[in-house]
Amino acid sequence: MDLLVSIIFQIVYVIANLALISLGLAIIFGMMRVINLAHGEFLMLGGYTVVVATNNGVNIWIAILILSPLVVGLIGIIVERLLIRFLYGRMVDTLLATWGLSLLFIGLITSIFGASTATTISPPLGVITIGEYTSSGYELFLIGITILLLIAVFLVLKMTTLGLVARGTMQNAEMASALGVSTSRIYMLTFGLGAAVSGLAGGLLAPITGVLPTIGTVYIAKAFITVISGGMAILAGTTSASILLGAVNGVVSFVTGPTLGEVALLLAAIILLRLMPRGITGSIFRKSL
Amino acid sequence: MRELREMKATWIIAVFGILFTLAGPSVLELFTIITLAQVIGLSILALSLALVWGFGGILCFGQTAFFGLGAYAYVIAAINFGGSSWAILVAMLVAAAFAAILGYFVFYGRVSDVYLAVITLTVTLILYSLIRRTSGPEYKIGNALLGGFNGISAPPLNYPWDASAFLFPEQVFYVAMLALIIAYVFCSWLVRTHFGRVCVAIRENEDRAELLAYDTRLYKLGIFTVGAAIAGLGGIFFCIGVSRVTPDVFSLPQSALTIIWVIVGGRGTLIGPILATFALYYLTSALGSQSVLNTNLVLGTILIIFVLGVPKGVVPAISDLMQSRRGRKALRARERRLQRRRPSSTHNATTTEGAE
Repeated sequence: MDLLVSIIFQIVYVIANLALISLGLAIIFGMMRVINLAHGEFLMLGGYTVVVATNNGVNIWIAILILSPLVVGLIGIIVERLLIRFLYGRMVDTLLATWGLSLLFIGLITSIFGASTATTISPPLGVITIGEYTSSGYELFLIGITILLLIAVFLVLKMTTLGLVARGTMQNAEMASALGVSTSRIYMLTFGLGAAVSGLAGGLLAPITGVLPTIGTVYIAKAFITVISGGMAILAGTTSASILLGAVNGVVSFVTGPTLGEVALLLAAIILLRLMPRGITGSIFRKSL
Repeated sequence: MRELREMKATWIIAVFGILFTLAGPSVLELFTIITLAQVIGLSILALSLALVWGFGGILCFGQTAFFGLGAYAYVIAAINFGGSSWAILVAMLVAAAFAAILGYFVFYGRVSDVYLAVITLTVTLILYSLIRRTSGPEYKIGNALLGGFNGISAPPLNYPWDASAFLFPEQVFYVAMLALIIAYVFCSWLVRTHFGRVCVAIRENEDRAELLAYDTRLYKLGIFTVGAAIAGLGGIFFCIGVSRVTPDVFSLPQSALTIIWVIVGGRGTLIGPILATFALYYLTSALGSQSVLNTNLVLGTILIIFVLGVPKGVVPAISDLMQSRRGRKALRARERRLQRRRPSSTHNATTTEGAE
């Protein structure tokens, strides 16, 4: 029984982890049809924000929960103004330009902080015990905060005026602009929001994974495959794809070890896309957010 | 055979290639010759992406997956067979077969181009993390230990069917250059065949090609598979050049570099990406030897500048420029002729110009 609970806890953690690293990407992709290949670097920048802030004596919780989304959100807004806004509607070029951006960030951070791991921070919170098994309390915290984050994004998009205007702009930019909405400002804010969520995710994961200039590549494959499998709907897509792929990954990892877990995740995603080329939310849950 | 006659420019470039091959070993130092095998391997990779992306319109971000698989398959096969002749064939077949399976899922699933880019990239990254974890002694194929992070050392090329007679670096250079020239002429021929023309038509407008009753999925799968086989060939020479194959062939920077070569060289040409590979390889190794500017920083900047400023790439931009200059010159010459004939009605002459 304890073993079962412990395994289920691990699988739920894998699912939450997938949702956490994918959400920022899903917001930018779902709202703006922009595939941001620098997503991994947004996560990386979030991690570096936390490390630099804690090294300068900032409380770790403030660094993770406030500073990392703020800093990366601002970087996102700057990136949107300087680069992305020239490329709307040119999906392939956006893809290439953000890839260039990704290399640029890796190079920049390597030049500033060096290629090796910056000072690591140990995960706050102790261990929790499930019968005779123990697990990290921080992992439980991550599961909780991922759920909270999903709810928060839902509330922002569904309940606030900004969310309403943003969704309207994404559906029909010309009409929104005719109704007096500054669409360019909305694009900027949406990209900033996506970047902020990515930054928060990077900050949250920094105590577990440590930070490296190239850490983005660890996340990026999984984040992309989750978002693509999920389809256009931001929350329903990310959640359903994370649950499906996370469960496959978790179960296979438990049975055969972590090597085949990722391969199984990828195979599941490719077969899924053969059956549902537009992702899960292209076939079911179509009207969802 | 009509295609072969149409390829005048290709033959000229091929002759230049052969001259370079023959002159290379007597002009260049041995060390340069050895590294050149590696660069030639990379340029074959760029050529394959130029074919798949530039002519097939398939945005494949993971061309290095086939490149790396080719390299790994060559090394593993060469170790197991005890010779390199069949291993070359096996490497190309493995790369092509992997592409055919992956391509079946994505093209027959009608995955659109941007999704395709992300999926191919993801496949590459997963291969990267998979191969990196194979360091234990239990991971081996036949006699070849996969070696995880450290990779496997590559057996040298040998004379066909005589595994004990290894090729010297100069000879490896000849073989690699020959492979590059043959691959280039082959690609150049392929895009002029009926098959190649249909692929270009699909790139231009997939719906229209489909309405003309071409099975676009099959054509895309075809060019994707051929491209993968060529990438696999590139992988063979790359791993012989560095005398080792490591998981880094699947890494993100390597995939990015491949894309950058094709962007800089130009989509829709075959020679552009090959030249860009040589130029950027020497640029990045020069950057690697100094410590002021980070290589990634420079490459990222190059990519952004090209996407925003020169989206067609260098070779098409130059040929456009030359064509427009030639066009302007012809126009001016014509205007002068017309002026001489009818000195009073210059204005009239230029207006009829547009109507013709």
